[in-house]
Amino acid sequence: MQVPLSWYLIVAAALFCIGLYGALSRRNAIGVLMSVELMLNSVNINLLAFWRNIEVAAGGLSGQVFAIIVITVAAAEAAVGLALVIAVYRNRQTVDVEDVDLMKL
Amino acid sequence: MSREFFFNLVWLIPLFPLLAFALIVLWTNRNRLLSTWIAWIGIGLAWVLSWVILFLSWQDVGGLTAPGHNHRFLLYDVPTGSTSLSLGFQVDTLTSLMLFMVPFVCLMIFIYSKGYMNYGTPEVDSRYSRFFAYISLFACGMLGLVVSDNFFTLLVFWEIMGLCSYLLIGFWFDKSYADPRRITPKEAGLKAFLTTRVGDTLMLAGILLLYSQTGTLTFREIFTEDMLHQLATTYAFGGVPWATLCALLIFGGAVGKSSQFPLHVWLPDAMEGPTPVSALIHAATMVSAGVYLVARSFPLFVAVEGGTQLYVVAFIGAFTALFASTIAVAQNDIKRVLAYSTISQLGYMIAALGIGAYVAAVFHLITHAFFKALLFMGSGSVIHGVEHGHHHAHHGHHEGEFDANDMMNMGGMLKRMPITGWTFIMGALALTGIFPWAGFWSKDEILADAWSGGAFGVSSTAALVVWLMLTLAAMLTAFYTGRQIFLTFLGKPRTEAAAHAPESVPSMTWPLIILAVFATFLGLFGTPWANFFYQFIGEHAEVMGHHVHHGEFNALVAGISLGVAGLGWLVAWLIYGRKPLTEPVDPLEKPLGPVYTLLKNKYYVDELYMAAIIRPVIRLGSVCACFDRKVVDAIVNGVGLAGRWLSSWLMKAIDSPIVDGAVNGVGRLTGWAGEFMRSTQTGKVQNYLLVAVVTVVLLLALFLVRG
Repeated sequence: MQVPLSWYLIVAAALFCIGLYGALSRRNAIGVLMSVELMLNSVNINLLAFWRNIEVAAGGLSGQVFAIIVITVAAAEAAVGLALVIAVYRNRQTVDVEDVDLMKL
Repeated sequence: MSREFFFNLVWLIPLFPLLAFALIVLWTNRNRLLSTWIAWIGIGLAWVLSWVILFLSWQDVGGLTAPGHNHRFLLYDVPTGSTSLSLGFQVDTLTSLMLFMVPFVCLMIFIYSKGYMNYGTPEVDSRYSRFFAYISLFACGMLGLVVSDNFFTLLVFWEIMGLCSYLLIGFWFDKSYADPRRITPKEAGLKAFLTTRVGDTLMLAGILLLYSQTGTLTFREIFTEDMLHQLATTYAFGGVPWATLCALLIFGGAVGKSSQFPLHVWLPDAMEGPTPVSALIHAATMVSAGVYLVARSFPLFVAVEGGTQLYVVAFIGAFTALFASTIAVAQNDIKRVLAYSTISQLGYMIAALGIGAYVAAVFHLITHAFFKALLFMGSGSVIHGVEHGHHHAHHGHHEGEFDANDMMNMGGMLKRMPITGWTFIMGALALTGIFPWAGFWSKDEILADAWSGGAFGVSSTAALVVWLMLTLAAMLTAFYTGRQIFLTFLGKPRTEAAAHAPESVPSMTWPLIILAVFATFLGLFGTPWANFFYQFIGEHAEVMGHHVHHGEFNALVAGISLGVAGLGWLVAWLIYGRKPLTEPVDPLEKPLGPVYTLLKNKYYVDELYMAAIIRPVIRLGSVCACFDRKVVDAIVNGVGLAGRWLSSWLMKAIDSPIVDGAVNGVGRLTGWAGEFMRSTQTGKVQNYLLVAVVTVVLLLALFLVRG
């Protein structure tokens, strides 16, 4: 028996929420980046689940291709993010996002 | 070039001297020669035009004297409600006669002034040009007065003359004397102006009342039979007809201007002005303006036959004539003698008008102008000479004050100044009424008219009393004039100054000569056998509906008047001439004793006025000033203080809490809102992100619910 689509979507949604929660509440910048990765991956799951369910019969590859693009972008974006964190650390000696509030009024 | 054409130019006559005044004041003040010529040309043109008009009017006496036919040149119709005030100029026989005298005498005096003001010498007056400007303005005033055809412009020119009199009397306003009781020119000018002001106010009241009753101010319209009858029969109050009231008030102006008792006090002190001024204003022209006024308003005065106004006029005139001539007896200042003489002679004229002797009064006015101007100018020449002598004798250094006017400092001037002396003597003969000099004819006509009873309802007893007073005055006139001549011209000089006095320059002596000719021969125009004056003026008076007395030659009266004049001269010669004085002490002083002191102090009238009127008025003035300061100023300052208090209260109660509160409140509100808003800007990315997520959730919910 196939795993129903809704299960995949629920998992993706749960992952997304967890990722969102983590992005909003984690103090460590790396933690935030990890949460962002989590969100991106949940999107991947979503994409593949829909592809598998609709398009695999027709033989298209758009789901897979889209997922690979997202992974690539996520990787690039993680690299950039980490570079930003390192730059911040160099200036502020901290990776605590609570402490980076220079734009505060 | 018809008669009409020239009569229509009559308004130019006062204009020429006025232009001269304007030119001198505005442009030529610094250039003395130019100022002199401009003034001379101004009065010269006026003189030429005046004599042309006189000549033309002589030719057409009948036409001019027909009722309402005095030639009139309308200047302007001032609209005043339902009627209009028409102002203009006129030519009639009285005007023409005045135009004969006024500009000519003015011209003589203008010429004389050049020498008197020391033109061309180092002692030339510092305000030389201003003098000529003032006398030109004065000439404008007098000429305008005589050619006016209505009371309004008459009043305007009357006031111009009053102003010029003040300016000219006080011409040497910086002169002061060591003796505090001697009046300075500045004070004298003020005294003249204020005293004549009293008269002017009465006159103004009279004119206003006349206007209220007749609705017009033009002579031609007031002096009609109907109007005069109405004025004579309607009553103002308590049985006094309007005509009497107005006449008496207008006479008030004449009392002031012509220096009659009780407003005579200014004229003697007016002698502080330069002598040409005394000659011009206080002998020939301004003081005769009062007489002219009464003569011009004569129909008003005789509107009520035998009315009070005529008696008032006659007796004030006669009393003044006698009163002033008594004072003149004890005066030592050469000009003051002449001043009192003028007052006395004006009294003659006024008295003559009072008893209805219109022609005689006007005749005497004309002749008097000539010989009095001559006498004043002669005295000025003497004073000038004595001042020069004083300079020469003391070579510039002056010890104490030397009064060049004092006759006691003179003596023997006839030898030193023959032209001045002889012309003065001729003037004196005219003044005292010696046959055949001019004064004899005119004075005698007045006396003859008085003797034969008054006209226009004046009782013959009153006229006889007037005759007696005038005859006595004539005797005194001869006495003090003789005294003056003997003290000044005969004998030996009593001071060094007199001994060194030179004859005056030609610009001063020629006018004296010319006027002496007039003083001698002018009377021949009015002899009882060939009375040209009567023809000129008298017929004019007749058409007013009244008959003017034609002076019959009365040998008795003429004899009496010659007799008293001769008596006066004789007594003067006995006291002063036979043994000329060597000491500056008047031989009359001891015998007359207290009477002499009374006369010398002018009956203490000035002191009486000072105590009874002037001091109280000044006191009243200071009371009012005190009131002004303490009460009025307090009120005004109080209002100011109240305003300030109100504004500070408003500021504390309203402006600060409410208005400022609102404005500040808005600011504070904004600040608070800003502070509030600020809290969203934490600078933390996670917060921003949270906000974005919440918003998305809300929008999602919205879309899901709305569908």
